[in-house]
Amino acid sequence: MIKAVLVINTQGKPRLTKFYGFLTVEKQQELIRSVFGVLCSRAEKVSNFMEVDSIFGPDSRLVYKHYATLYFIFVFDSSENELAMLDLIQVFVETLDKCFRNVCELDIVFNYNKLHSILDEIISGGQVLETSSTEIMRAVEEISKSESASNSISLVPKTVSGWRSR
Amino acid sequence: MEQLKTIGRELAMGSQGGFGQSKEFLDLVKSIGEARSKAEEDRIVLREIESLKRRIVEPGIPKRKMKEYIIRLVYVEMLGHDASFGYIHAVKMTHDDNLVLKRTGYLAVTLFLNEDHDLIILIVNTIQKDLKSDNYLIVCAALNAVCKLINEETIPAVLPQVVELLGHSKEAVRKKAIMALHRFYHKSPSSVSHLLSNFRKKLCDSDPGVMGATLCPLFDLITNDANSYKDLVVSFVSILKQVAEHRLPKAYDYHQLPAPFIQIRLLKILALLGSGDKQASEHMYTVVGDIFRKCDSSSNIGNAVLYECICCVSSIHPNPKLLEAAADVIARFLKSDSHNLKYMGIDALGRLIKLSPEIAEQHQLAVIDCLEDPDDTLKRKTFELLYKMTKSSNVEVIVDRMIDYMISINDNHYKTEIASRCVELAEQFAPSNHWFIQTMNKVFEHAGDLVNIKVAHNLMRLIAEGFGEDDDTADSQLRSSAVESYLHIIGEPKLPSVFLQVICWVLGEYGTADGKFSASYITGKLCDVAESYSSDETVKGYAVTALMKIYAFEIAAGRKLDILPECQSLIEELSASHSTDLQQRAYELQAVIGLDVRAIGSIMPSDASCEDIEVDKSLSFLNGYVEKSLEKGAQPYIPENERFGMVNISNFRNQDQLEVTSHGLRFEAYELPKPSVQSRTPPISVASSTELVPVPEPSYYRETPQTAPVPSSTDTGPSGLKLRLDGVQKKWGRPTYSSSSASTSNSSSLKVVNGVTQVDGVSSGNSKTHETSYDSRRPQVEVSEEKQKLAASLFGGSSKTERRSSTGHKVAKASSHASEKFHTSKSTTIYSADNVVEKPNLVQPPPDLLDLGEPIVASSAPSVDPFRQLEGLLDSTQDPGTFGGTKAPDLMALYAETPAGGRSAGVALPLSLSRDGDKFNTRIVKCK
Repeated sequence: MIKAVLVINTQGKPRLTKFYGFLTVEKQQELIRSVFGVLCSRAEKVSNFMEVDSIFGPDSRLVYKHYATLYFIFVFDSSENELAMLDLIQVFVETLDKCFRNVCELDIVFNYNKLHSILDEIISGGQVLETSSTEIMRAVEEISKSESASNSISLVPKTVSGWRSR
Repeated sequence: MEQLKTIGRELAMGSQGGFGQSKEFLDLVKSIGEARSKAEEDRIVLREIESLKRRIVEPGIPKRKMKEYIIRLVYVEMLGHDASFGYIHAVKMTHDDNLVLKRTGYLAVTLFLNEDHDLIILIVNTIQKDLKSDNYLIVCAALNAVCKLINEETIPAVLPQVVELLGHSKEAVRKKAIMALHRFYHKSPSSVSHLLSNFRKKLCDSDPGVMGATLCPLFDLITNDANSYKDLVVSFVSILKQVAEHRLPKAYDYHQLPAPFIQIRLLKILALLGSGDKQASEHMYTVVGDIFRKCDSSSNIGNAVLYECICCVSSIHPNPKLLEAAADVIARFLKSDSHNLKYMGIDALGRLIKLSPEIAEQHQLAVIDCLEDPDDTLKRKTFELLYKMTKSSNVEVIVDRMIDYMISINDNHYKTEIASRCVELAEQFAPSNHWFIQTMNKVFEHAGDLVNIKVAHNLMRLIAEGFGEDDDTADSQLRSSAVESYLHIIGEPKLPSVFLQVICWVLGEYGTADGKFSASYITGKLCDVAESYSSDETVKGYAVTALMKIYAFEIAAGRKLDILPECQSLIEELSASHSTDLQQRAYELQAVIGLDVRAIGSIMPSDASCEDIEVDKSLSFLNGYVEKSLEKGAQPYIPENERFGMVNISNFRNQDQLEVTSHGLRFEAYELPKPSVQSRTPPISVASSTELVPVPEPSYYRETPQTAPVPSSTDTGPSGLKLRLDGVQKKWGRPTYSSSSASTSNSSSLKVVNGVTQVDGVSSGNSKTHETSYDSRRPQVEVSEEKQKLAASLFGGSSKTERRSSTGHKVAKASSHASEKFHTSKSTTIYSADNVVEKPNLVQPPPDLLDLGEPIVASSAPSVDPFRQLEGLLDSTQDPGTFGGTKAPDLMALYAETPAGGRSAGVALPLSLSRDGDKFNTRIVKCK
């Protein structure tokens, strides 16, 4: 199962963090810091995999990919395949790219909730749910469509908004 | 992805505010982004928190504004600050009817709260309602929340709705419902045990995405209990076949590969189901073979699928063709320039090596390259592989490499791991005693503070008991070499405490045993240790006890005692020490020195650390003393944990306690709080109070030195009273029990080996013909001589093997014996599997086996004796059992024994070093 998804920029600032088991805020920060510490010290042109038992407890692996100013990091256990996880990062980033047309770090910061919707379509409860970026896009678009629909309705007094669900 | 290069163009564009957020939020993000230091960032965030705190409670905030506040809270918390003041507002937001707000609310609570948070109770109701909603997006949002927020107790509240949703018309909902159910299974398997059949049903869902999602829970279920799902093998195989043949909709393609993620999951499941099941495995051969052939190895994901195929092949009942295909893929991985693929290749090699050990030899140079790669991940993976393929013939090279690496890294976690691996390999395969001691010294020197203290106890025990059964000269040689090496090392600065303890103990016990070193030399060294590590009381304690032993042996040998002035001053200093333990040891020492030869001979016999000693558990010899003390008015002893709050029931309880413990000490009583306040003479109090009385007067020990073993017996407890020496012999050399378990319990691995044996025969035959094919088959790369040598020592190991067997060392005997035994058992299986191959020819490879022409061993060392080599191979074929599952438990068992053993080794010396500090807690002085 996947333990965590992290997006950290090259200065070590977290841009998106999602932990699939509960951790306290302090613990999360500690993990983010240590992951960033390890990633910084990685040379160029080495593998994208790491064993991170010392950070995330026994049976923890990490796959990361470096895009411009951002590190995309997936942490998982031995029931997942490293290469496949690497491609899952690719799927995630491809989807973001489709979603924001030429995604940049700023998109990620400002569209925090949208990012989470996308991630929730890909991974649910630590398990990979969907891996086709078109499918994910379709789901996300449907959400935003009906969100904008409900947004316009929300101007209408609350009592009236009940009919919407019909 | 090229466009991504433009990511983070600059943060400046934030001020446009074109993202549906307010300018305020954009400014916040911008200022945080521009913050120069963590302190500055913290200041900004704290200011933000203050303003949010104030504003979020204002009445009549527009919903849209509230939503933004919640997002800002999430953001603040992601940066590591406490946003708990706003949790309740996020919870409220989930109650909203508006989809946007509801989704934002759910997002926030899943990030903020854990399943046991108090606020969850306010959400469960909303979740229940939302699961019934007509809007499937609301249902999805609720299901997402269910995965994160529902705990064992609240599962029943939502379970019926989630199950109902498995039949929802939208596939997105069905998928999420399966995931939620899977999550429930994780949290509390019993709560959904009656619903597991749903997963089987959903495997036939019309939507491939739902089917793919179902594989996740099925994988977990099969991991736990493969046998109940054997009936699904055919279904899984047929699904995999359809997927691989491109029968799924185009939408499932990824980089031109048909649904690779589903393929990977299926292969994982098949690996579990086919493990040790020939019949099930036979169903899989065709489809796995097809994937091997078809899979595109140019893309990353294609290689992921191929890797999974290798894992599957190495797990199911072996098939020579598939093994060959797997070996080809591994070769491709290892030759690749990509570190990722090399990593996967090494990992795959580690899996396949159990089945066909000779495959490692084809890739020896690649493996060595990986070992020397600057990439740490790859290096560690390679060490893992080497660890798996260690045998007596290459243990020296491998462990040396491991130690070098261990010294070079700073990561304590991994250092510990690699140190314990070194110890494990050294204990198991050591070719000579001398090497073993040297290796342990290195490990202790560089990672002494990280290794388990039990390793030190083991080492002491091994030195004390020796390795050979009857070979006394070998034992004393070992001890002398240990003493010598310790005297050499002892001068080094900053040695780890654990190592010093070992050194002191060994010097005390055997320092003067062979007469090479004088007592004054050794005692001088011990004094140096005690002085230079004056803050470490344990080491000082060991050092003083070692001094005492040396003096005692001197007296016993009839030599004149010559106490160095520095020793004298050390003893004096310690007898005034703040540590009662050190004080006691110092007084004991002085007491012992004052005794005559006869008395010393009986209390401190030379080289008796391994002898069993009888311990009088009941301490009956003290009864008289206790009676007397009690008559004089001393209070009976009450164990510390019973001293408070038990007075009321004490009379009642005392009755039955007295009955049970009519005589003798009840050690079990310490576990249950049982009052014994009023009892007249409860035996428990007897022993302890007597023991306590004399502590203040040092002369006591001089008068009755035989009481000394008592403390050690009290704290060793009932389980550790007898020396437990079993397991020692087994630990050293190839463990006899592990070899037997490899041949008996692992019927599957035996069959597995069956296929290998043929290859073995081939390779051994080959070594005769290889000279001809040698050049053509060798990789064209120019290889440095050094590397060649390393390769030879890692993979060929001929010269070492020879030496090993000539030493007549026990390890060698054991291993060759084991391999012989193994050999016979293997040959029987070969017959049963009606193999054409003759009984595997360890002794005489028949010429008709020479035709396959794969120069497997060739490259390593042309001069290799084929028989030796074959023996080496057999060694490692037998290893899977030892390396994999069985070894770890064995080791654990050994560790479990050590405390008793390690400690009891000390018990033999009456005034021994086996005391812990906690002894003093258990016996509290309570006399008037």
